[in-house]
Amino acid sequence: MKFDAPSGPNPIDRMKVVGRTTSRIDGPVKTTGAAPYAYERHDVVANQAYGYMLGSAIAKGRIKRIDTADAERAPGVLKIVTAANAGPFATSRHNTARLLAGPEIQHYDQAIALIVAETFEQARAAATLIRVDYARVQGRYDLAAQKDTAPLVGGSSGEGSAAAALRTGDFEAAFAAAPVKLDATYSTPDQSHQMMEPHASIAAWSGDELTVWTSTQMVAWAVQDLSHTFLIPQEKIRVLSPYVGGGFGAKLRIRADVVLAALGARAVGRPVKVAITRPQTMNNTVHRAATIQRIRLGCDREGRIGAIAHESLSGNLEGGRPVTATAQTRLLYAGLNRLTSMRQAVLDLPEGNSMRAPGAAPGMMALEIAMDEMAEKLGLDPVEFRIRNDTQVDPEKPDKRFSERQLVRCLRDGAAKFGWSRRPMRPAQRRDGSWWVGLGVSSAFHNSPAMKSAARVRLEPSGRILVETDMTDIGTGSYTIIAQTAAEMMGVPLDMVEVRLGDSHFPAAAGSGGQFGASNSTSGVYAACVKLREAVARQLNMEPDRAVFESGHVVADRRRVSLADVARGGALTGEDAIEYGDMSRSVHLSTFGAHFVEAAVHAYTGEVRVRRMLAVCAAGRILNPISARSQMIGAMTMGVGAALMEEMVVDKRFGFFVNHDLASYEVPVHADIQEQEVLFLDEADEMANPMKAKGLGELAITGVAAAVANAIYNACGVRVRDYPLTLDKLLDRLPRIA
Amino acid sequence: MDDDRKLELSRRGLLVGSAAAAAATAVPSAGTQATPLRPNPATMPVSFEVNGTRYDLDLDTRTTLLDALREHLKLTGTKKGCDHGQCGACTVLVNGERINACLSLAVQHSGDAVTTIEGLGTIEQLHPMQAAFIKHDSYQCGYCTPGQICSAVAVLDEIKRGVPSHAQVDIAARPDPSDAELRERMSGNICRCGAYSNIVEAMAEVAGART
Amino acid sequence: MKAFTYERAKSPSEAAAAVAGTPGAKFLAGGTNLLDLMKLQIEIPTHLVDLQDLGLDRIEKTPEGGMRVGALVTNTALASDPRVRRDYAVLARAIVSGASGQLRNRATTAGNLLQRTRCPYFYDPNQPCNKRQPGSGCAAIGGFSRQLGVIGTSDACIATYPGDMAVALRVLDATIETVDPQGATRAIPIADFHRLWGDTPHIETELKPGELITSVTLPRPLGGRHIYQKVRDRASYAFALISVAAVLQRGGTGRVAVGGVAPKPWRVPAADAAIPQGSGTVAARLMAGARPTEDNAFKVPLVERTLAAVMTKASAA
Repeated sequence: MKFDAPSGPNPIDRMKVVGRTTSRIDGPVKTTGAAPYAYERHDVVANQAYGYMLGSAIAKGRIKRIDTADAERAPGVLKIVTAANAGPFATSRHNTARLLAGPEIQHYDQAIALIVAETFEQARAAATLIRVDYARVQGRYDLAAQKDTAPLVGGSSGEGSAAAALRTGDFEAAFAAAPVKLDATYSTPDQSHQMMEPHASIAAWSGDELTVWTSTQMVAWAVQDLSHTFLIPQEKIRVLSPYVGGGFGAKLRIRADVVLAALGARAVGRPVKVAITRPQTMNNTVHRAATIQRIRLGCDREGRIGAIAHESLSGNLEGGRPVTATAQTRLLYAGLNRLTSMRQAVLDLPEGNSMRAPGAAPGMMALEIAMDEMAEKLGLDPVEFRIRNDTQVDPEKPDKRFSERQLVRCLRDGAAKFGWSRRPMRPAQRRDGSWWVGLGVSSAFHNSPAMKSAARVRLEPSGRILVETDMTDIGTGSYTIIAQTAAEMMGVPLDMVEVRLGDSHFPAAAGSGGQFGASNSTSGVYAACVKLREAVARQLNMEPDRAVFESGHVVADRRRVSLADVARGGALTGEDAIEYGDMSRSVHLSTFGAHFVEAAVHAYTGEVRVRRMLAVCAAGRILNPISARSQMIGAMTMGVGAALMEEMVVDKRFGFFVNHDLASYEVPVHADIQEQEVLFLDEADEMANPMKAKGLGELAITGVAAAVANAIYNACGVRVRDYPLTLDKLLDRLPRIA
Repeated sequence: MDDDRKLELSRRGLLVGSAAAAAATAVPSAGTQATPLRPNPATMPVSFEVNGTRYDLDLDTRTTLLDALREHLKLTGTKKGCDHGQCGACTVLVNGERINACLSLAVQHSGDAVTTIEGLGTIEQLHPMQAAFIKHDSYQCGYCTPGQICSAVAVLDEIKRGVPSHAQVDIAARPDPSDAELRERMSGNICRCGAYSNIVEAMAEVAGART
Repeated sequence: MKAFTYERAKSPSEAAAAVAGTPGAKFLAGGTNLLDLMKLQIEIPTHLVDLQDLGLDRIEKTPEGGMRVGALVTNTALASDPRVRRDYAVLARAIVSGASGQLRNRATTAGNLLQRTRCPYFYDPNQPCNKRQPGSGCAAIGGFSRQLGVIGTSDACIATYPGDMAVALRVLDATIETVDPQGATRAIPIADFHRLWGDTPHIETELKPGELITSVTLPRPLGGRHIYQKVRDRASYAFALISVAAVLQRGGTGRVAVGGVAPKPWRVPAADAAIPQGSGTVAARLMAGARPTEDNAFKVPLVERTLAAVMTKASAA
């Protein structure tokens, strides 16, 4: 189905199932422990051996000699796989760092060997018997050191192509002439996804055919990347990923676990399973790279932005992509004179890659503090300042509009709901016992990409509907919204729908990432259901456009036939994909929101605790309010982590992330999260897709950390521009202890 | 180019004594002191009860309770999130108390009674906490969920038994199932998807504090 | 993790003899720290002597009016004891501010005293560490040291003792009772139990090879206001940046000890004596001679500010 004109009325508008709060259909298996994750598939293939990954002890250099003799003789060991003996394999173009290295080492804890043994304990023990002589060379580990030398990257495409700053108008002249100016530099640290299920895979070969049970957000991408890696056609690869224990971008692309499992399985002629250990996830896999961002704002005295510049520096391995931290700035606020640019340093740290709202999250961490600072300089309320600079068109291309843009209403409704009017304009005014208390706000903004997505829907002789698509559910609720979509389209109750996901034998869906999953995958199911409805109507010689599907029946021309009767003679299938034409590119399909935060700062110790959070957002039709809300509060929680604690610390001498476990890389725990509220504005975006829905998983995190930072400033009067805002950065500037 | 020498020099200032510099020339991989190879791993008989069923196993002494459950008994509802006691995904009840199954050797548990998520309830007959988690959408990816639920069940029992927590203003007083108590006591169970608020809602309902 | 053998000892002296008589043997109590380190190849025991059957899990009164806490009493059991909560509240508070409910259910009194440092370089066997591999150097010096020690450290090691419980035990002047492989017992004041690192940071306590902690005794209750204030980035389930244990009396006297700053719970008699003069003087005396790094210099003022909070809180009550 080609979607190239605004969606008129369609069966989804009935909203009998879609849009209603619906308990997840995968809830019973998840809460009873019956949902099988990748490493747990004892059921799928017999005789699985255990693989344990050994990572490089140095960040950069070469393996001079690797002695595996003792390890090979250790009890239970079947094989030590290294780059030297692994047989042919390549690096997919979507992996910057090699997933099994040697002799060249590109980063710390890069995989250099897989130990395959009969048991996990034996494999882990044998790993300690491998002796490696390294020739270490000095690497580049300090982002700030390359501030003045890193070249420009990226152009209008956003990532990694043309090398130019993007300009609209004359920023320098307008900034020079502006009566009120801000010029400030912000930094965001390296962050780690730390989804609760570490990367894990089971691989089995049958001749030259490879099957992997893995944990991936993108089944079709995994097939492609495995095809590139193992130099075999995609048809010979099957990827299964029905349950994914979180990803946040870390599982968009294949990682060492699946490549090592497949190499190990090939080497020992048996299925092999590999999980990356928690401490290894930090340096072995990918992360959100650190940024240094300079923002300049020039305003008139009424608070209208006339000049806005956002320049970002990030680092990555040679060939890696930059953090697109300036992307939101290009579209969020008005201003005639604009400059955005990205620079990229080459760093010999682990590979930087996508993490929840890549670019947008760290970019908004900086921009939305800058907006708070400028509001203060202007003596304006920060909500009002943002409203004053709203734009209904793309500031760089004024004839390009947003399909929907309710930023102002998000800010206004949120302010009213949150009690924003009680916020003191000056900081350090409100005290509650030993705590300074303050409020902060930020905007939230993220585009919602249109992506092709396919599905197959079958009407079974029982009258049940079976949906098959390789879409994944990484916690986002895909199973349920897909079931809701099929139920709505086919006019059956939800419990008549079965959803099977995460198998490359199914039609390829958009996958889970970049808040493109929900809207596109359900639209693909919509398209397949349209096909199935046509098949049903044809079978009954009904006019498809006049057939109404409701209560398990199809009705047209005073005929009413149960779906079970239609399929009695054999199942009927509809398969199709949603595809998008030029309309989707003619407008911005965007989502907007506002975050409000109340934070308390301990007057003595500088400890920060977030007390209240509210998010208001407009993100198209909300398919399942309860799981959409969960996405929101989850991102708000992750934003609190980004604001207050998350930082992978680089050892600039040796080139690795030092705090590489969950005790030392702190993420929020229950006690860090108190009251959270979410409001969704009514919106059905007819330009977006037949579901009239957009995504919100990335929107939800943009701005959160800045809202916390702004609340901290309002509470205690200390402005911190370097994340995370830990107490040591507040302590010497806190108000005197009374 | 081999920069070892340069690096040694730069490190000499950082490290103490010449042994450090020697270590830097060939940084060993994890624990590479030459150690004699041992013969076959030590195994031992272990007997314990899991979800009411007695198991007699012969296990490598190194096998954790977690791996005994997941790899030997194939009770994979208990999750390995970090294997270092830093996330709580492996929480099970041993003799009625919650512990991290990853930081316990199976051999330590001979004679113990273990309850895992599979023992709390089934799809057909959910435990009230499992039902409340579904109702309040107290999970997303589901990987920490079994640990959260085991912990949640134990927390309500701990509050009932008067086990104190950091959230109490008066440490000598009897605790109640307030939100602050629940949040503090559940802090050993990390949920990266961030379902914390919904987990507290589910627990409060089961505790009878809310519906 | 190397293969090891395992036994359950039947008596304390048998356990001590088993460990003393087997090269590479270690005691196993809760295992929450030991097993963590074994998985990382930091602890490499050849034999484990499990102490769970020794009957060291009782809390009883002493004839002197104090309490004797068995070495294997879990953190949860100790913090839950009504006498501890009433008479030694600083101890109950310290315990519940540490780790998680799950860990406290397994972690033991003796094991907590022997908890090893959380220095990230100690935790990474690829890095030089004088504590893990004597003589290999200290990667933490000049490295990431925000969490590490500011006082009592050495040129060989800047790690801290990371626990909470021992900080309260220090302020209570607890005594550690042991038995050695010959069956001889002794009592070690907690002030002397943990060593400063000096040139031998791998030797962390006064215990001799095979010497087993059997109990910890608390002197008679001190009365006064008991406070344990732990400062950390996240609200729970995190090690202290610093912590203050205090028992403050109505007359303005008292005792304070600080955690998270040194190889041991840090208490200075002169600082206790200065309590009537206010937190500034107490902090100055406690932290005299501190040698922080650039990363952790904030801990010095943080100690003073936290002391001020604690003393304000005590006087408000």
